[in-house]
Amino acid sequence: MSIVETRVLLRHAEDPKMATLAGYESYGGYEVLKKALKEIEPEWIVNELEESGLRGRGGAGFSMGKKVSFLPHTDEAKYLCCNADESEPGAFKDRELMQRNPHQLIEGMIISSFAADIEHAFIFIRGEYDDQADILDRAVDEAYEAGYLGKNILGSGFALELTVHRGAGAYICGEETALLDALEGKRGNPRLKPPFPAVQGLYGGPTLINNVETLSNVSHIVANGADWFKSFGTEQSPGTKVVSVSGCVKRPGNYEVELGVSLRDLIYGLAGGPLDGREITAFYPGGSSSPVLTPAEMDLPYSFEAMAEAGSMLGSGSIIVADDSVSIPRMALRTAKFYRHESCGKCTPCREGTNWTEKMLQRVCSGEATPMDLDIISSVQDNIMGHCLCVLGDAMAMPVSSMVNKFRDSFEQTIAEEAAKAWSFGGLEAADGPVGDPAGRTSPGVPSGPPTGPSKSPGRDVQDGDEPGPGGVSPETLRRERLAGRSIPSGGGS
Amino acid sequence: MTPVMPSDFDPRNSEPEDFVSPGLPVDQANTTGRLPVGDPEQIPDPAEVEVPADLREQIQAIVDKYPDRNHKGSPKSAAIPVLWIIQRRYGWCTPEGIVQAACVMQVTPAYLESVASFYDLLRTSPQGEHQVLVCTNIACWMRGGDELLDSFCEKTGADREAAGHGGALSEDGKILVSGFECLGACDLAPMASVDERYFGPLENADAGTIVDQLESGSEVLPEKALDKRGLAGGVADSTDERVTGGKGPNQ
Repeated sequence: MSIVETRVLLRHAEDPKMATLAGYESYGGYEVLKKALKEIEPEWIVNELEESGLRGRGGAGFSMGKKVSFLPHTDEAKYLCCNADESEPGAFKDRELMQRNPHQLIEGMIISSFAADIEHAFIFIRGEYDDQADILDRAVDEAYEAGYLGKNILGSGFALELTVHRGAGAYICGEETALLDALEGKRGNPRLKPPFPAVQGLYGGPTLINNVETLSNVSHIVANGADWFKSFGTEQSPGTKVVSVSGCVKRPGNYEVELGVSLRDLIYGLAGGPLDGREITAFYPGGSSSPVLTPAEMDLPYSFEAMAEAGSMLGSGSIIVADDSVSIPRMALRTAKFYRHESCGKCTPCREGTNWTEKMLQRVCSGEATPMDLDIISSVQDNIMGHCLCVLGDAMAMPVSSMVNKFRDSFEQTIAEEAAKAWSFGGLEAADGPVGDPAGRTSPGVPSGPPTGPSKSPGRDVQDGDEPGPGGVSPETLRRERLAGRSIPSGGGS
Repeated sequence: MTPVMPSDFDPRNSEPEDFVSPGLPVDQANTTGRLPVGDPEQIPDPAEVEVPADLREQIQAIVDKYPDRNHKGSPKSAAIPVLWIIQRRYGWCTPEGIVQAACVMQVTPAYLESVASFYDLLRTSPQGEHQVLVCTNIACWMRGGDELLDSFCEKTGADREAAGHGGALSEDGKILVSGFECLGACDLAPMASVDERYFGPLENADAGTIVDQLESGSEVLPEKALDKRGLAGGVADSTDERVTGGKGPNQ
C-alpha cells in the first residue's frame, strides 16, 4: 500500500476528546477565530476563500468564495445554513466530521458568518443522525458558554446565533431550496430558481448554504492562507477531500486524501480492493447520482475535472464499488427505487419518470421486459434530465442511463435468464428447485429447461417457441417483427 | 360497502354536504385510518384545548429559537422540531398531540399533519416502543441488507411485505421493523438504526440478539455500535509538512 492519507480535517480525529471544546482547544481550536475577530478584515477572508478555489463538497462543486461574494452588502438580515442533510446513498463523510470534530465545523461557521456579516446560522442535520445532532447540540452549548457564540463574541461586537435544526427523513431536503422550505417548517419542496438563495433565501433574506466539509475547511484556509490550501490537490480541485468508500471492498470507510489521487489508490490502496475471489465490475464515483464508471477508468485521477471529463462527477465524494456478484440491472433498480421513494412529487417529469423507470426495471428483473424496453428506459431518462426545478430526477436519470448504456449486455442477459427461470418454475422443470440466488445476485447459469435459452424468446408473450399462435403467426416471428420496429401483422399466415 | 346515491339526487339543487355520500368507503391509503379531531381547518382555540404546561413550555422555547417568531402571521419554522417533541412524548404524532402543538404554535392541525406525513421519520400511526430501521439501499443491499431485514421480520413476526414499504409492527406491537433508504452509514453495511443509534456491520443472527436485548431492556450490541468504531484508516498521523506545519486547528 503505497498511498497514505493526508489528514487535515480528520487529523487527530481518532482522539475522543476532540469532540469536546476542551479537547478541540488543546489542539489549537478557536485560535483562528480569536485572531480573525481581532485582526482580520471580513473582506480579506472572502477574498482568501475565493482565491483558495475551495469548491463545495456537497455535490455541485461550486466555488465557496464566489457564493459568499454573491451575498448583497445590504443591511437586511442574512442567514447561513450548513447543509448536514447528508442523504445521498454512499455518502457518510459529514457524519464522521460532525461526530468526531463538531467544533471545527462551528468555528468555520462563525468565521464564515463574520466574513459575510451574518447574524443567524443554522445547521440542518438529517433526522436519522440523532447521535450526531446530540453531539452538535452539546458542542453548540459549549461554544455559547465559552463566548464563541451569542452577543458580542469575544468582545468584538460581532453577534451570531447558531441553531441546530433536525430534519425528519427526506432526501430532497439536501437540495438547497427544499432545505430552506424545511427550515421554514414546510414540506421540503424545491423552489424555482432564480432567485437564488444568495439573493432571496431563508425568510426571503440572502442566504449562504454550504456543506459540512466545505465549512470545516474555512478555519484552515483563514489560518494558513489560500496558497497553502492550493498546495494540496490539483489546479482546478484544490485541497483535501474526505472520500467515503463503500460497497464490495475490504475496508469501507472515510479516507481523507488530496484531490487528484488515482481511483486505484483509493479503491485498492486505501479501501483494500474487492473481496477475495471477486472482481470489480463497476463503481459510482460520486454517490448514487453519478453515472457509473468501469474498471477501465480506474487509473483516472480523483478530481472534479477528471470525473467530469469521464462523463461522470465527483459529487459528494462517495465511491460505491460493485463486484461481479452484483447484478447491474438490480443495482439500477435499487437506485431507481430510491429516487422514486424520495421524489417530492412537485415536478411531473421526476415524479412520473422515477416511478415508471422503477416499474420498467422491475420488469427487466423479472423477465417480463423485451430488449426494446431498454431503449424506452433510456428515452424516459432523456425526458427527465433538465426538466425539473431541482436535480433529483437527473440524479436518477444519469446513473440509470449510464448503466443501461454501458452494461446493455447484462440487462439483456437478465431479461433472458429471468424469462427462462419463469418457465422452469411454471413447467415440468419446477421440481429442480430455484435457480440463482433469490437475493438478487446474478445466477451462475441459465437453466437448461425448455423451451427457451438466452438466445431465444425472452419476450413475455412468447408461449410456445415457434408454434403458431392465434392467427397462425408464431410468437417468435411476432417478437422479431417487433424488435425490428415493424408493425405487428394482424392476421394471415407467417 | 356499496355507495348509495339517492335516486332523486341533483347536484344543481344540493348543498355541499350532500355531495359526500354517507355510504362511500373511506380511502384507507389517504386517511391512514385516522379521523381528524375537531375541525382541522381551524386554528385551535387556546381556551378549548388542554395542553400540559411542560409541553407548552417546551414548544414555546423552540418557537422562540427561530427568527420568524416576529414575522407576521404564524411562525412555522418550529414545525418539524415540535412534531419531534410530540412524537417523543406520545410515541407517534397522535391527532391529539398535533392539536395541542397547533394550539401553541397557532397554526392549523391540518398544516402540521401535512408536514408530518411528508417526512419518513415522523409517524402518523403507532410505531411501538422500539424502532428498528434496516438500510436496504445500494451499499447495504450489496452486503445483505435485504436478508437482514428478513431476519428481523422472522424474529419479530412483522410482516415482511409491509416492513419493506414503510414499516410493520411486531406481533406484540412493541417493535417497529422497517426497511429504510440510505441511513448514511455505508461503511457499516449491512446496518440498522435501533432506537436512533447505528449498529453494524450486522450478521443475520444479530437480528435475533438485538430483538432479545430490546425485549429484555439490556444494552444493544455494544461491540457493534457506531460510536465505538475507529477511523477506517486507523490511527495515523501525517508526515506531510504542510499538515504538521499548519497553523489552523487540529495541530
